Amino acid sequence: MSELLLPPEHRYAKIIERTHNEDGSELSILNLGPSHPATHGIFQNILLMDGEKILDAEPTLGYIHRAFEKIAENRPFYQITPLTDRMNYCSSPINNMAWWMTVEKLLDIEVPKRAQYLRVIVMELARIADHLICNSILGVDTGAYTGFLYVFQFREKIYEIYEEICGARLTTNMGRLGGFERDWSEEAFKKLDVFLKDFPIAWKEFENLFERNRIFIDRTVNVGPISAEKAMQYGLTGPNLRAAGVDYDVRVAHPYSSYEDFDFIVPVGKSGDTYDRFCVRNAEVWESLSIIRQALDKMPEGPHHADVPDYYLPPKEDVYHNMESLIYHFKIVMGEVPVPIAEIYHAVEGANGELGFYLITDGSRTPYRLHFRRPCFIYYQAYTEMIKGGMLSDAIVILSSLNVIAGELDA
Amino acid sequence: MALETTLIQEKLSQKFGNNVLNFEMNRDIFSFEASPETIHEVIQFLKEQEDLNFHFLTDLCGVHYPDNDSHHQFAVVYHMHNWIESFRIRIKTYLNGENPEVDSMTDLFLTTNWMERETFDFYGIKFKGHPQLKRILNMDEMESFPMRKEFPMEDQGRTDKDDRFFGRTPANC
Repeated sequence: MSELLLPPEHRYAKIIERTHNEDGSELSILNLGPSHPATHGIFQNILLMDGEKILDAEPTLGYIHRAFEKIAENRPFYQITPLTDRMNYCSSPINNMAWWMTVEKLLDIEVPKRAQYLRVIVMELARIADHLICNSILGVDTGAYTGFLYVFQFREKIYEIYEEICGARLTTNMGRLGGFERDWSEEAFKKLDVFLKDFPIAWKEFENLFERNRIFIDRTVNVGPISAEKAMQYGLTGPNLRAAGVDYDVRVAHPYSSYEDFDFIVPVGKSGDTYDRFCVRNAEVWESLSIIRQALDKMPEGPHHADVPDYYLPPKEDVYHNMESLIYHFKIVMGEVPVPIAEIYHAVEGANGELGFYLITDGSRTPYRLHFRRPCFIYYQAYTEMIKGGMLSDAIVILSSLNVIAGELDA
Repeated sequence: MALETTLIQEKLSQKFGNNVLNFEMNRDIFSFEASPETIHEVIQFLKEQEDLNFHFLTDLCGVHYPDNDSHHQFAVVYHMHNWIESFRIRIKTYLNGENPEVDSMTDLFLTTNWMERETFDFYGIKFKGHPQLKRILNMDEMESFPMRKEFPMEDQGRTDKDDRFFGRTPANC
């Protein structure tokens, strides 16, 4: 069979040729993906198997590569947000806000406190939505569909809040340079309150369903562990790194958007296995809820965007009746606003780790170079090593627990 | 004690002399250039020196500068991070346009494996000593390097889309 699939110079072909099991069985090759219901995205892994044991894996990526870095070089700054949406589409507001903060850093814009707090709320909501999907899908992969169906309705509630804020649900394109495009409506805060009341109850039940569940523990404990040293070598960040016991969190190390005003803990695991990753994400959801509550309590009054007419589009009705607004509107849309020449690196704590934007400008309306540091792309490298020596069913569970998002992996 | 930029500069200049240059505080990140011959040693030095301890390589990417002279056509940019001191550093190394080549960092940081493959994929920069230097996001059959500036973003043969109607000219974008 292997001759049909592989060219003879392939490294697997040599290993198969060389190996002779005592019972006369042969090694086999399994093509996991690119389109497989258990991979939750378009990943391909060519596995070398001995029975059900994985000996080696070769990931292929790029199936949904959309050349965002190239497109970004040809687009004005405010048209790049929709690209960032489509990277980690489970938590697009974080990506949007990260991009705006990068440009604000470039232009030295001071964002009002209210806008910063609103950003914190929406970023934490996005983190909850992301962790909620990851953990409940991990449940599905270990055979528990109920938990997934039960908490998934709350992602819908989060999307309804997004909808109130910006009008979109999945690919949000939220915010503007210097803040938000409009202040949040009464309805948004009302929905947020309902969410904060209902969600913790459901999440507690979800947690009870899994955390001490015998089947779940058997399937996840000591599956795909990674040591702290190895994790750092492989560039893991975010919950996956913290599960290995390293308490690195960009929100704490380099606070942005007023994260220093809030009191929260950074949950860490110990062994870096699938169970620890699950628990770290679980705990992070509680922390996110607490941050949202603190932000709501401390919410300052004030404008929802910075006073930067050079970059912030004026209200449309003013454009028709007001000379300055018309001028600024024209200048922004036609891209005649100068931009300083600089190199900026800005990182935020994305749902999966350190999401960084490296921006080089040359003074024109588009970036000269924009590089996305995509946490998924970087930590997916460790996947091969994590699944080696394990069972095929473990490989599936490890993949879901790493929360690799295809859009972010391939950009 | 917080890590001082002067200390880093002093140590590096002492060790590498003229091979490290242009130290500056670029906004919030301390950055400098290193020559491609010494970049591997510089990164190793930054990683292994006890008092510098840049133990985490955050990011690696390429940049194309077609307007520079022939020895500065490409750049590889490294972002390193010291988590204990919360200090970031950026190292740039410029490569020639004819045969862009630089040492691979895979022996120091496993994480650079795919980042270097990505850089190779998009810019054609070769990393000497890389275990598996082949394309990663684009298909293997591709011949050009798409992130180079001369590579057009869209198919030039398209007739259904006229840039004039979108207010775009070569001058404004």
